[in-house]
Amino acid sequence: MQWLRRNLVVIAGLCTLAYLILPNVVVTVFSFNNPTGRFNYAWQEFSLDAWKDPCGVADLCGSLALSLQIALWATIGATVLGAMIAFALVRYRFRARGAVNSLIFLPMAMPEIVMAASLLALFLNMGVQLGFWTILIAHVMFCLSFVVAAVKARVLSMDPRLEEAARDLYAGPVQTFLRVTLPIAAPGIAAGALLSFALSFDDFIITNFNSGNTVTFPMFVWGSAQRGTPVQINVIGTAMFVIAVLVVVVGQMVGTRRKKAQHK
Amino acid sequence: MSATAAPPQAPAPAEPPVHRPALRKKLVPYWLLLPGIVWLLVFFVLPMAYQASTSVQTGSLEEGFQVTWHFRTYWDALTEYYPQFLRSLLYAGTATALCLLLGYPLAYLIAFKAGRWRNLLLVLVIAPFFTSFLIRTLAWKTILADGGPVVGALNTIGFLDVTSWLGMTEGDRVLATPLAVVCGLTYNFLPFMILPLYTSLERIDTRLHEAAGDLYATPATTFRKVTFPLSMPGVVSGTLLTFIPASGDYVNAELLGSTDTRMIGNVIQSQYLRILDYPTAAALSFILMAVVLVMVTIYIRRAGTEDLV
Repeated sequence: MQWLRRNLVVIAGLCTLAYLILPNVVVTVFSFNNPTGRFNYAWQEFSLDAWKDPCGVADLCGSLALSLQIALWATIGATVLGAMIAFALVRYRFRARGAVNSLIFLPMAMPEIVMAASLLALFLNMGVQLGFWTILIAHVMFCLSFVVAAVKARVLSMDPRLEEAARDLYAGPVQTFLRVTLPIAAPGIAAGALLSFALSFDDFIITNFNSGNTVTFPMFVWGSAQRGTPVQINVIGTAMFVIAVLVVVVGQMVGTRRKKAQHK
Repeated sequence: MSATAAPPQAPAPAEPPVHRPALRKKLVPYWLLLPGIVWLLVFFVLPMAYQASTSVQTGSLEEGFQVTWHFRTYWDALTEYYPQFLRSLLYAGTATALCLLLGYPLAYLIAFKAGRWRNLLLVLVIAPFFTSFLIRTLAWKTILADGGPVVGALNTIGFLDVTSWLGMTEGDRVLATPLAVVCGLTYNFLPFMILPLYTSLERIDTRLHEAAGDLYATPATTFRKVTFPLSMPGVVSGTLLTFIPASGDYVNAELLGSTDTRMIGNVIQSQYLRILDYPTAAALSFILMAVVLVMVTIYIRRAGTEDLV
């Protein structure tokens, strides 16, 4: 009883973790299912069919490729624009700083559906054809703020004297930026870029409003929830999960090894 | 664009930078800001204006919509859809409270008790993100299936009696009830609660805990007087990051709920994309934005003062 009381936090925390992980376990297990109907919600029997033929469903892999493509371009766009804003906010004093800061903050403080709906209102009023470009425009817009936040946090924590030292050593502004500022800010930029990629790849609400007839991967999953969920969706979900965890683990290992090497 | 803004590399570095045109240097931040800010103005601020204009238009799809300053749309939208508004706020509020209740122990565990398992636990909190959230939400259909083990267990321990007394479930079903929707919302936004909580807990100096113990504070008192107040920044940003997206969500209500659990997001989505009643949809979305912004502002003010006490 004493033990239970002392470890109450640990037990509660692990319960929450189980709640968080459970759906992923279900997704993985059901990627080996062989359902009888159109929906993959009830367990029937073990099968490797879906893993052998992940693109066996019409349009599935096309939508996946489209999502990757949009996520890539949105990441590039949002990272470049966002990093520039972050540098300007941290390194320069100028008028309208407060206004710029709130303009960056607002998209993060608003339900996604409000941005989605208002962007659709703009495109409808302008008579813009919905599709690849409207999705890309929307994704760059909502990823931008997250990049600014990530890069800003990193640049704020760096010592401005490093840049002064570079200038004292006769480095020009471009050289200072490329040799000193950019390498130090790189982890923040990388974090912002990764976040953008994840947000764009998995975005549903804004895409749902502004995609017209274009089908991204989340749109495909949404449609399949009405028409019938192929097992291949679970295969792709599981594969994405495994790949991402591997990337994180390998990245961690490389990071610790590098740190150890530096200490030697 | 930044390359054009920055002056070309000085070939004679020994020269002090007196000759450089001062105005050009002053303009650097504006050049850096220009593309991103223009993007936000055109695709974030301007759409708000268009939405405002759409909300006071009248007309039909065939004849086109005209701005007629028809403010009645707001009144009609509110009187027709206020149950969905209240339901959204109720579900989002419940999900936020549950996230805080469930997320705090895990954040505390990772920050203070995990030791060398800390990084692994953090990866496990973030990892679910890597699978599309729609797929994970669909998995709840399996987990909460009628007659499944989870529902059976909840029934046995009498949990469903409590929730049906609260009006959150009916009979021995969980799917297509408010409980399923709240459960999905809580699940989807839990990491947004845990991560800020963890960040603010991790910053707390553990010597403060020891000091409280030395001053004969019980663990409970230490938590109430030291740990929790110091974690307030995390609590505030975590609750905001949970409540704001949850209030406008329609995915959970659509996939896990029924027509009786429709939230305001579902109404806006179907008005815009299926019924094509743009003015009503725009008005509803405007009201949602106003409600959320007002609530958030009041909440930040309140939480800010409590933080100081």
